Amino acid sequence: MAQAVVPLRRASVSEGEFKRSHQLFRLGLYSAAIVLSLLFLGPFIWAALSSFKSDPEIYRVPPSLFPDSLRWSNYVLLFELEPFARFYLNSVLITLGAAIGTLLSCTVVAYGFARFGFPGRRILFYIVIATLILPPEATLVTRFLLFRELGWLNTFLPLIVPHYFAVNAFAIFLLRQFFMGIPRDLDEAAMIDGAGALQILWRVLLPQLRPALSAVAIFSFLASWNDFIHPLIFLTSKENYTLAVGLRFFLFSSDRAQGPLEAYLMGAAMLISLPPIVLFILAQRYFIQGIMLSSGSKG
Amino acid sequence: MTQRRRRALTGYALISPWIIGMVVFIAGPIIASAILSFHEYNLLSAPRFIGLDNFVYILTRDPLFWRSVGLTFTFAIIVVILGLSGSLLCALLLTTNLRGSTFFRTALFIPSLTPIVAAGVIWRWLMAPRIGPINWMLDLVGIQGPAWFREPNWALISLVIVQLWITIGGGNMIVFIAGLNAVPTELYDAAKVDGANLLRRFRAVTLPMISPSLLFTLVTTTISALQVFTLAFIVTGEARGTPGGPAYATWFYLVHIYQTGFTNLEMGMASALSWLFFLVVVVIAIVQFMVSRRWVYYESGEA
Repeated sequence: MAQAVVPLRRASVSEGEFKRSHQLFRLGLYSAAIVLSLLFLGPFIWAALSSFKSDPEIYRVPPSLFPDSLRWSNYVLLFELEPFARFYLNSVLITLGAAIGTLLSCTVVAYGFARFGFPGRRILFYIVIATLILPPEATLVTRFLLFRELGWLNTFLPLIVPHYFAVNAFAIFLLRQFFMGIPRDLDEAAMIDGAGALQILWRVLLPQLRPALSAVAIFSFLASWNDFIHPLIFLTSKENYTLAVGLRFFLFSSDRAQGPLEAYLMGAAMLISLPPIVLFILAQRYFIQGIMLSSGSKG
Repeated sequence: MTQRRRRALTGYALISPWIIGMVVFIAGPIIASAILSFHEYNLLSAPRFIGLDNFVYILTRDPLFWRSVGLTFTFAIIVVILGLSGSLLCALLLTTNLRGSTFFRTALFIPSLTPIVAAGVIWRWLMAPRIGPINWMLDLVGIQGPAWFREPNWALISLVIVQLWITIGGGNMIVFIAGLNAVPTELYDAAKVDGANLLRRFRAVTLPMISPSLLFTLVTTTISALQVFTLAFIVTGEARGTPGGPAYATWFYLVHIYQTGFTNLEMGMASALSWLFFLVVVVIAIVQFMVSRRWVYYESGEA
């Protein structure tokens, strides 16, 4: 534990005085933590509560924190106003498709980089690292033209297929780091038994790789789920929209006449935010591990 | 075939998906956009070679190019400075043996899980000029709140606030917590014996020890801040969804690329803009790594 903020005891300060100032300091730290939590969670809680409010209620001055009643009907209406069920399905399909592709291809590629010697391996791996800093938007225009040429526009393919070709440099990097940490004796023993490269990967290494695979799956899920610019550009008809693009469409197409518009918008924001938050709560350990692995800290 | 050769061939076979993906989806598009940047292309007629015209136009006559560059850098610099120091302060707070620190960490982390579109929609409502809760609260203490994202002078600040809300408690904070936890306690004890006070210990022990984490977060945060786009679409998007408002106050670089390429269908011009973006990001990352040799401390002496 870091002790940077534990106050220093000076010789001139009496024991009692030191204890009191120390307690005061702890009190200050707790207040700071509580205030920060409110600042960060507050907007979210406010939005969640607002999503249940009725028309006059949401515009009331002074605003009330809690809704008069939990109007679940807001959510029912939301699904009637726009095809949010469809957006949900699209988001799930794209996210799953991309995550499976990333897991498959990046595991195999990272395995190759970690366990096999071949001419040019160092340089090729430097290229992987270099693509980590490459902003994907830099190639947006020409990828759009490529997918247009292939006839993939307004389909899910541009959002899924590239992930089967290990375009996620971060996942390769993270998995390779993890492979390096697994002792080679295991592979060698299996090799002597006559197992092939893929057999070793599947039977010997994969079970040990589970934490890294979970982290990669989570980050891939978040990236696809939260992605806005790519579905915005590659998907053109409403029935193909993801939640992110659908929410933006809803924001600018809807009007107040339909009811408590802000309540609907907050409801839609909750719908899209809930899956990542639930995932985080379920898999917190892998999240933290993955972030730490990626930054190179041993923690 | 020798054993070594066989293993090399297997290695190539295993990384072949990446080689294909790299060529088709990354290197190919980069090269193609370099070529296309010397052409005029509007999707309807064939590309026409025009030499450096696109670049000359962008650098000398494009009324929005320099504006977008200035806005993007301003946004990135503010977000990097405030965001990183905010994350570091939160990490320091969460590593002081507070009871319930897991709860606090989760509370601070949740905004970073919120999709940017959702965060934007939420903050549009929080910062709504007349009826929003923020201006209502300001009103309570006698301050007349600005119109936030609807007012040109305040729009950029509004987006900075949303971006900081999303990022401060996120990945950077977790990286700092890990870095802080890895600092050996003996170093602090030694510094205390030498009579170093709180601030001095932070500067002489904490900062050097976490400097590798600082470098990592500095590079990734800078690059992602330069890519600001979605917020300018959602929060400062205007009627019918034109991004970058009001009065071009949040006309960021990617907004400029988007409008040039996908609204005005000037694909050659948009490619030229993309290439400039690519170059600038690479140069910034390299400079940050080079300068880091002066201030990043590696315990074992290796990078």
